[in-house]
Amino acid sequence: MPSKDIEIKNLWFRYEEGDWVLKGIDLEVEEGEFIAIMGENGAGKTTLVKHLNGLLKPLKGYVKIKGTDTRTVSVAELAKYVGLVFQNPDHQIFAETVEEEVAFALRNFGFPPGEIQRRVEEVLREMGLSKYKGRSPFLLSGGEKKRLALASVLVYDPDIIVLDEPTTGQDYKQKAVLGKIIKQMNAKGKTVIVVTHDVEFVVDLFDEVVIMARGRILARGRTEDILTNEELVKKARLVMPQLAEAAMYLEDNIRFKGNYLREDNFVKCIISALGEDVLGELNAGSARL
Amino acid sequence: MGSAIKIKGLSFRYRGFKEWALRDVDLEVEEGEFILIVGPSGCGKTTLCRCINGLIPHFYEGELHGEVTLLNDINVLEKEPYELVEYVGMVFQDPEAQLITSTVEREVAFGLENLGVSPDEMRARINWALGMLRIEHLRDKAPYELSGGEQQKVAIAAVLALQPKILILDEPTANLDPLSALEILNLLLNLKEKLGITVVLVEHRLSMIVDKVDRIVVMREGRIAANGKPRDVLKDKLVEDIGVEVPRVVKVYKELFGGERWIPLNPRELAEVVIHALKRHRDQEPLV
Repeated sequence: MPSKDIEIKNLWFRYEEGDWVLKGIDLEVEEGEFIAIMGENGAGKTTLVKHLNGLLKPLKGYVKIKGTDTRTVSVAELAKYVGLVFQNPDHQIFAETVEEEVAFALRNFGFPPGEIQRRVEEVLREMGLSKYKGRSPFLLSGGEKKRLALASVLVYDPDIIVLDEPTTGQDYKQKAVLGKIIKQMNAKGKTVIVVTHDVEFVVDLFDEVVIMARGRILARGRTEDILTNEELVKKARLVMPQLAEAAMYLEDNIRFKGNYLREDNFVKCIISALGEDVLGELNAGSARL
Repeated sequence: MGSAIKIKGLSFRYRGFKEWALRDVDLEVEEGEFILIVGPSGCGKTTLCRCINGLIPHFYEGELHGEVTLLNDINVLEKEPYELVEYVGMVFQDPEAQLITSTVEREVAFGLENLGVSPDEMRARINWALGMLRIEHLRDKAPYELSGGEQQKVAIAAVLALQPKILILDEPTANLDPLSALEILNLLLNLKEKLGITVVLVEHRLSMIVDKVDRIVVMREGRIAANGKPRDVLKDKLVEDIGVEVPRVVKVYKELFGGERWIPLNPRELAEVVIHALKRHRDQEPLV
C-alpha cells in the first residue's frame, strides 16, 4: 500500500485577527501522486501550500508530512522533504550568481563540495541555464528566473515538490518545457502538487484536480469530470477547457470517453463515430462552414 | 475610416544593448480595429507598445530609426508623453503598479486633473468611465481592497476617462484568474463596439479571443512574422513553429480534416463542422 506523503485534517488558518483564509481543509496525498490545485485568486491556495513546508502552521487541525506533524519540526527540517517553488521568483532568489543560488541549499544541508558541483551542473543543464552560471540571477528574464527557482529546489532532490503558479508570465513554448520537466519529476517517483488556474495547462498534464474556493476544498476528481462541471468551474472562477465546450455541443451525437479534453483523445472519439473512410473523403477540404 | 497607427521602418535598441529590440517594423492599424499582438517572450511586443504611446523614446532611451504616426498626423517622436495621453492610453500587466491613489474615484480623476478638465466635466467623465467598465459599485473602495480583476478594470477606467482614440494593453490579464480574464477581454470588445475605439492587445491566451479580434500580428525576434485575419494567420504552421499557442479546436480540426483552406476559431464552429460531417455520413449510409 502506498504511504501518505501529505495528510491534512480540518486545517483552519487566518493571518492575525483577519478573516479565516482556510476553513477546515481535509486533503490526503499519497506518494507519487500528481495533482493540480485550482481556484480563483484569494481562494487560499498559496496559504495552503505554505503549510506544506511549515512556513505557516495550522491554528486548528493538523498537517502531517510523511507522518510528521509540521508543528513539531523546523522549516529547515521539512525542507528536506518538501521543495516549495514560489509564484514570484524574486521572493526566492537572493544569491550573486546563478550557480550560487542553486548551490545554496546543498551547502546548508552540508553536502560535500564535489557532490554539490556535480548536482548543480546537472540541474542547470536540465533547466537550460548552464550558460548563465556566473551571471547575476537578477539579470535573467522572467521565464529564466522561474526555471532558476525550480532548479534551486530540484537540486536537493526533495520527495515532494510544490509549485505555486508556475506558468504565469511564461509563453507557450516555455510552458511546454516546464510541463515536460514537472512530468519527468513525477515519472521519477516524486509527489508533485501544482497550484494554477491555467486550465489548458492542467488539461495537458494532470489526471487529477482539486478545486478550492473561499478557503474550502469544493471537489477532487478526474480532470475530465471536474473541468466539465459547469457549476464547479464557475464557482472557482475558471473557464471550461475549449474541448469541453465543443463536446457539449456534440453530446447528442457523439459519446466521449476517457480524457477527451486533450486533442488526441477527442479526435479518437470523433473518428470512432465517423469512421476512417468518411474522414478521408472529407479531408479533401469540403468540411467547413 | 482613417489610420489610427502608422509605423514605418521602425527599429529600436535600448541604450546599452547590442541587440535590436525592433527591426524594421511596418504596421498600419485602422481606426476602430481590434488587433491582437502575439509572440514568444522577448520578441519585441512590449517595446512596440512603448513606441506607440511615446514611452519610447521619451522615457526609455536608445537608438531609434523610422516613424510612428497616430491618427494621420500626430508624430509620436515629436510629442511629449503628456501630450499623447489624450490620443493613446496604456494599460499594463500589473494593475497594482499603476494604481496610486486612495479610492477608485480619485484614481479615475487623477489623469483628468492633470489635463485640467473642469469639475463638472470631470464628474461626468468619471461616471461614464465607471459605467463603461461596470464598476460604479467600487467607486469608494481603496484599490488594495479590490481583487486583481477589479483592479485591472479600474486601471482601464482611469485610462478610458481621458477619452483616448487608441487603447494599448500589454498582457492585461496575465495575473488574473480565467473568468476575470474573460470579463476584461469582453469589456474591451464592448469598448470597441460601442465607442469605435482602436484596441491593440498583447495577450497569450489566444483561445479566449481569436474569434473576436479583427487581426492578429505575430512577432518574432523584433520583426513582424505574420499579419492578417485570425483564420488566415492560425491556419499557417508558422504560428506553431514560432511558439504561439494554437487553440485546441484548431489542432483537432487540422488532425481530422486537414485545414489548408479553413479552420474553426471557437468550439461552436468546430462542433458545427463535425455535426455536418456526421449528417453527411448518416445520409450516405443506406447507399453503402
